[in-house]
Amino acid sequence: MAEGRDACEAILNRIRTANTSARAAASAAEYPAIERNYQQRTTLDRETILKTFLDHLHEYDAHVFEANPDTLACAIAEVLKSHDQKSAIVADDFPEEDLPTGFTWQRESKSTKDQLNTTGGAIAGCEVAIAHTGTIILRGTRQLTLLPDRFLCVVYENQIVDTVPEAMARLEPYKAEPLTFVSGPSATADIEMTRIRGVHGPRFLDVIVVRD
Amino acid sequence: MTIRVGEAAEAPSFQKAAFKLLDDAQLRKNVRHATDVISGKRAIVVKEQQDWQQLRATASAIKQHTLAHLDEYLLKFEAACTAAGGHVHWASDADEANRIIVDLVKQYGGKEVIKVKTMTSDEIGLNKAFEANGIHPHETDLADMIVQLGHDKPSHIVAPALHRNRQQVREIFMREMGLSELTDEPQDLTNAARQYLREKFLKVKIGFSGANYLLADTGGVCVVESEGNGRMCVTLPDILITLAGIEKIIPSFRDLEVFLQLLPRSATGERMNPYNSLWTGVHKGEGPQHFHVVLLDNGRTRILADPEARQTLHCIRCGACLNTCPVYRQTGGHAYGSIYSGPIGAIVTPQLFDMEHSQSLPYASSLCGACYEVCPVKINIPEVLIHLRGRIVREQQSGANIEAIGMKAMARVFSSGRRLEAAQRLGRLGQWPFVSEGWIKHLPGMLGNWTAVRDMRPLPKQSFRSWWREHEKEKKEGADG
Repeated sequence: MAEGRDACEAILNRIRTANTSARAAASAAEYPAIERNYQQRTTLDRETILKTFLDHLHEYDAHVFEANPDTLACAIAEVLKSHDQKSAIVADDFPEEDLPTGFTWQRESKSTKDQLNTTGGAIAGCEVAIAHTGTIILRGTRQLTLLPDRFLCVVYENQIVDTVPEAMARLEPYKAEPLTFVSGPSATADIEMTRIRGVHGPRFLDVIVVRD
Repeated sequence: MTIRVGEAAEAPSFQKAAFKLLDDAQLRKNVRHATDVISGKRAIVVKEQQDWQQLRATASAIKQHTLAHLDEYLLKFEAACTAAGGHVHWASDADEANRIIVDLVKQYGGKEVIKVKTMTSDEIGLNKAFEANGIHPHETDLADMIVQLGHDKPSHIVAPALHRNRQQVREIFMREMGLSELTDEPQDLTNAARQYLREKFLKVKIGFSGANYLLADTGGVCVVESEGNGRMCVTLPDILITLAGIEKIIPSFRDLEVFLQLLPRSATGERMNPYNSLWTGVHKGEGPQHFHVVLLDNGRTRILADPEARQTLHCIRCGACLNTCPVYRQTGGHAYGSIYSGPIGAIVTPQLFDMEHSQSLPYASSLCGACYEVCPVKINIPEVLIHLRGRIVREQQSGANIEAIGMKAMARVFSSGRRLEAAQRLGRLGQWPFVSEGWIKHLPGMLGNWTAVRDMRPLPKQSFRSWWREHEKEKKEGADG
């Protein structure tokens, strides 16, 4: 687009002129010299990190369950039964062997938007979780974890880090992929600052933490 | 280049607008309640983040660095975004940006657009441009929706409808959604919004968003929100158009570790807001398959050229300065006559917009410094306010402005004790028609600007100088006698 290129050149020229004449530009640090004295790595032990993560999830009104690799399928069954759910749509990369029997499963890539909108719930794993903020980070699966009313996320203990910088370091290889940071269920406080769950995303967030 | 900031062109001066709003008890109550709640929550979570000051310092350094290399980072972003399948457009001003966006929507044959909260689109008046071209924009943020359906204007950067209470929201929803039954419970009102918008999210094929951050290294975009409407708009439609001011760029993905810690705690008093969405170009089978980003200048390079004021461009739009500002807390956002309100609005608006139309805003502050203290990216707002006041005075002095002439005369009077005494004598004689019960409540002409907002004491019967002279004389006579 010719017009766009003109605007591009004009904007870049204005920036260059501004930065040549403005003394503020000269005093700015070069990128590697920017001081990062904030906390990068955790000083907490594993148990404290796990407890912090669970506490923060509780504060966000998420329902939290614990399991080990052998009892994960059972735990998923328990969570679904507690909501009278008989079926769910599952992320494509979620292991078949972790899904309990006696339910109807459908894979995300085989589902339409309408099916996602009307299903009882969605199940997916995560890439990293942050204890300090109670955040779960998802790679892809954006529609699956958004449209259904209930989202059940399986988090392995070794996926939980304490600080935000630790999580960002783990995400570095996937930084150009669609990523979603989830901290509790959808919420708003736009009407008189009253916190309400579930405006547009899932109204209920269930988390199963799988301990080694 | 036409610079437009919302309705600021027609807006009255801050003092005039604020005077009327101070009478609205309901609005003041709503604003005070909302800002108290957010400020209280913010204080708790900031205290818990023990490296807060270090995070602020790094954020400020990253912003300074980015602005100093803004041209390089924008080009880097463009290259990376294009390589990932996105399209980058550049717009010098509001009209150009509107034209690009409207043309794109037309090109894809869209009649409706779902929008996630973006202040930049309000800045350029995008909704008006859409409507003028037969395109219907749906605001999907609950507060923005209350403002849109209520044919109202936003009053806060983060919570645009905080001036409305639940009864008012109920009335708006019932009328505009055609509902015959609805309670004023926030849960019910929220459910009504959910149902109303769900169908649009599934059906409308063009999404529109702003950007909290543009990542130069990946060409990615990050949007931070709470409700999930943002995720809907950037995930479900087939086409996504994003508008971002050029100052929204940060050098790398890693820098998000700083800003994602500062923004939610400052904006809503949360450790992390419920949702952050990051996307880069297009991904087969995942999200929109056509992605356009419009990079907007609209006066930003002019701010960049002013060394004292360029820190204004550090702003991450958290709104913490509004919630803590004693002036904003009394007047609410509408008095600022622009979508950018509060202390940050008082410095952004006059710079983005022609100074002469918004020159009252740098005076809409007590200069108490609370805004600087809470700013997560360390913008010294009082310093910029004083700098802008200086610019306004210099601009006025260059013209034959009656106020400037008055000020010059004042300066002459105050520089000489003899002249001051003469003026005081005159003042004592002249003030009697205006004094009632020991106060002056109304002064005539331009002096009335002072008494319009505060009462003043009349000049005392005797000045200190004349009292001193008499006192010294008596002492001397006493000593002699």
